[in-house]
Amino acid sequence: MSALQKVMGWVDDRFPLTATYKAHLSEYYAPKNFNFWYFFGSLALLLLVLQIVTGIFLTMNYKPDAELAFASVEYIMRDVEWGWLIRYMHSTGASLFFVVIYLHMFRGLMYGSYRKPRELIWIFGVLIYLALMAEAFLGYLLPWGQMSFWGAQVIVNLFAAVPFIGEDLSIWIRGDFVISDATLNRFFAFHVIALPLVLLGLVVVHLVALHEVGSNNPDGIEIKKHKDPVTHIPLDGIPFHPYYTVKDIVGVIVFLMVFSAIMFFGPEMGGYFLEAANFIPADPLKTPEHIAPLWYFTPFYAILRAVPPMFGSQFPGVVAMGLSIVFLFFLPWLDRSKVKSIRYRGPIYKTMLALFIVSFIGLGYLGLLPSTPIATIFAQVFSVIYFLFFLLMPWYTSIEKTKPEPERVTG
Amino acid sequence: MKRLKNFLLLLAAAPVVAFASGAVHLDRAPVNVADQDSLQRGARIFVNYCLSCHSAASMRYSRLQDLGLTEEQIKDNLLFAAEKPGETMKVGMNKADAKAWFGATPPDLSVIARSRGADWLYTYLRSFYRDDSRATGWNNTVFDKVGMPHVMWNLQGEMAPVYKKVGEHEVIDRLELIKPGSVTLAEYDAMVGDLVNYLVWMGEPDQLKRKQLGIIVLAFLAFFFVVAYYLKKEFWKDIH
Amino acid sequence: MSQEADGQKVDTRKRKFLIAATSAVGGVAAAGVAIPLVMSMMPSARARAAGAPVEVDISKIESGAILTIEWQGKPVWIVNRSAEMLDLLGKHDDKLNDPQSEQPQQPAYCKNPTRSIKKEYLVAVGICTHLGCSPTFRKEVGAADLGADWPGGFFCPCHGSTFDLAARVFKNVPAPINLKIPPHQYLSDAKLLIGVDAKGA
Repeated sequence: MSALQKVMGWVDDRFPLTATYKAHLSEYYAPKNFNFWYFFGSLALLLLVLQIVTGIFLTMNYKPDAELAFASVEYIMRDVEWGWLIRYMHSTGASLFFVVIYLHMFRGLMYGSYRKPRELIWIFGVLIYLALMAEAFLGYLLPWGQMSFWGAQVIVNLFAAVPFIGEDLSIWIRGDFVISDATLNRFFAFHVIALPLVLLGLVVVHLVALHEVGSNNPDGIEIKKHKDPVTHIPLDGIPFHPYYTVKDIVGVIVFLMVFSAIMFFGPEMGGYFLEAANFIPADPLKTPEHIAPLWYFTPFYAILRAVPPMFGSQFPGVVAMGLSIVFLFFLPWLDRSKVKSIRYRGPIYKTMLALFIVSFIGLGYLGLLPSTPIATIFAQVFSVIYFLFFLLMPWYTSIEKTKPEPERVTG
Repeated sequence: MKRLKNFLLLLAAAPVVAFASGAVHLDRAPVNVADQDSLQRGARIFVNYCLSCHSAASMRYSRLQDLGLTEEQIKDNLLFAAEKPGETMKVGMNKADAKAWFGATPPDLSVIARSRGADWLYTYLRSFYRDDSRATGWNNTVFDKVGMPHVMWNLQGEMAPVYKKVGEHEVIDRLELIKPGSVTLAEYDAMVGDLVNYLVWMGEPDQLKRKQLGIIVLAFLAFFFVVAYYLKKEFWKDIH
Repeated sequence: MSQEADGQKVDTRKRKFLIAATSAVGGVAAAGVAIPLVMSMMPSARARAAGAPVEVDISKIESGAILTIEWQGKPVWIVNRSAEMLDLLGKHDDKLNDPQSEQPQQPAYCKNPTRSIKKEYLVAVGICTHLGCSPTFRKEVGAADLGADWPGGFFCPCHGSTFDLAARVFKNVPAPINLKIPPHQYLSDAKLLIGVDAKGA
């Protein structure tokens, strides 16, 4: 027995190291037909690590103080050795995190990854998405620029639209009557400690649930139905390690090339990742000419603006925005189709999904623009389509004729 | 159909609506942060003309060494408002005084090129004109009723507006030189170009390094991709 | 597994080579990410600017008096030693840990009996070599609390270490070695520059 084996044996008697390695990597059997869309899970994990690590190093020099915050970011950009690189990694990582998560969620929609028995994986995933949005929103206040300030102002004021308690609620969130030093300080606390812990916990349960039931695949069929009679290994399964680790390395490198191309050659991404107005220190007396939330929030912002005030209250718009995310949780039970994957669904579902994606992107685009009557009409049309995708789902998925699923995975 | 057409129009107009600040035409600034001579000239103009009222509180004088200046040169030629090259570009003027004189505290210029954009700055600094209705005696076609006077008027000279009629209203068509300054207009444009170039550089002094590093990183990743791709291919022989 | 079923042979050597190559390149990548992170913890431009050499006018220091200035955030003492003080310096070598300044606690040009460039002026970093407190200046000879044979020097209030007026440590105190003499040079008779050696020194 080699020294290494001895050490491993000693550890394994006290901690399930080898067993964990086997359960989650070398003997976790994933379907062999993963395609391009299956890269985004591991990429999301990579980004989570990157954001946490760069975040720790930014925290070393950032000052969560209304007087000092803006200057401390420029201090990081200039005076701290490599500070600019760390800051750009964090800001680019934030936006690309959402790109990756949106593609990851789209994959789930296409292949029915939310369907039984993966409902909990999906629910944990939506919770991760919510936590990530909160994390991004809180983090965007920290540079204390004009967009930070007024963006936070607008979003926190949404809570003021809640009937009866709204006014007090928004004051409680801010800890002041306007966005102020107190708000900045508490947002910092939530951004660097509370939500990262929540995110990590959710990612763990997301993965535990995934590895309990096993991964879905582009055919939307269960590989566990056909196991080797002797070894009980799914016939269409391959060990995650080494096959998907070596494959994901390739995916990671390609992703890092995209990441680097943006970060090194256009970290502002034309004002979408870092907004020009955020290079002006926060000024509570002067609103910028045009406020738009960061691009990853704009679909929901557009839904908010699409709903007209009713009974003299903004609340219906806030409710619509909230519902647009709440519906995601119910997806596993709204879908009544006999098949999971888009490959075996009929034209109705395909059309609905296409309309849904077009609406989502359309809303995202409209959310970037100043509100005009024509834009509002489009936002309303897109919002209706967005909600109909969910509301009509039990009907259109149950009436539609589907193609037969194959017994074994294809391609 | 009409809606669709409107929507397409909206699509086309969107970037303009979203990102242009008003309808003012902006001239393209000759920015090249690799041109050290231009940056040095710009730094000199900046220190002489801007730094009396505006600060650049995130910028250290010593950083000018990146432009090919020595510490001695910085000390002898550029260090007016500070004692040591390690200090940042603060301003001597009292904030309250500034507010009283100009109606607003002159903004810090450390990242002005990142918030305003180079083209805006380049056009703005060349668009002052005589306007006796203003307390300073100056107005600006890019920034109407601006609090800042034309600091470099002795260089550019004095400009006056030429109006044209658009419908009912008279609008400024262009500016005309009425009293020449110490340099020609073309020379003045070049000076402002240098200054704006400097402002862009100062907005992110590491930007050149960033792009150089980017090329190395991308080349490295391309090489890494090849290695990893062959590894993947080798293992996936088992599956296919 | 399937490779056996297909009757293919696995080229183990090729795989090992590719794994090693990928690991090596991946290691370079990891190091490439780690270096900026680690380097970001070095003193920033602001800290370096604050730590830049300091010019001091020493003409105002009276004989026997001390001037404390800040260099790199640390106290630096400049003592204008009187003739009597200098006289006493050589008379207690037997009580010192390192009377000849063998430990490299000073630039080479200060490795002399007075540990200074000009013998009157002591320039020393006022941080105790024990645990980093700043000793106090106790020039009174034979001070009651320091014993009748106290020749004047520095006393650390934290753990009682004592140093003489050349910043040399006495025996049997917690501090192990002499206080540090920073690099310094005279720009003129009245101007001292602390933080850099004279050119060519």
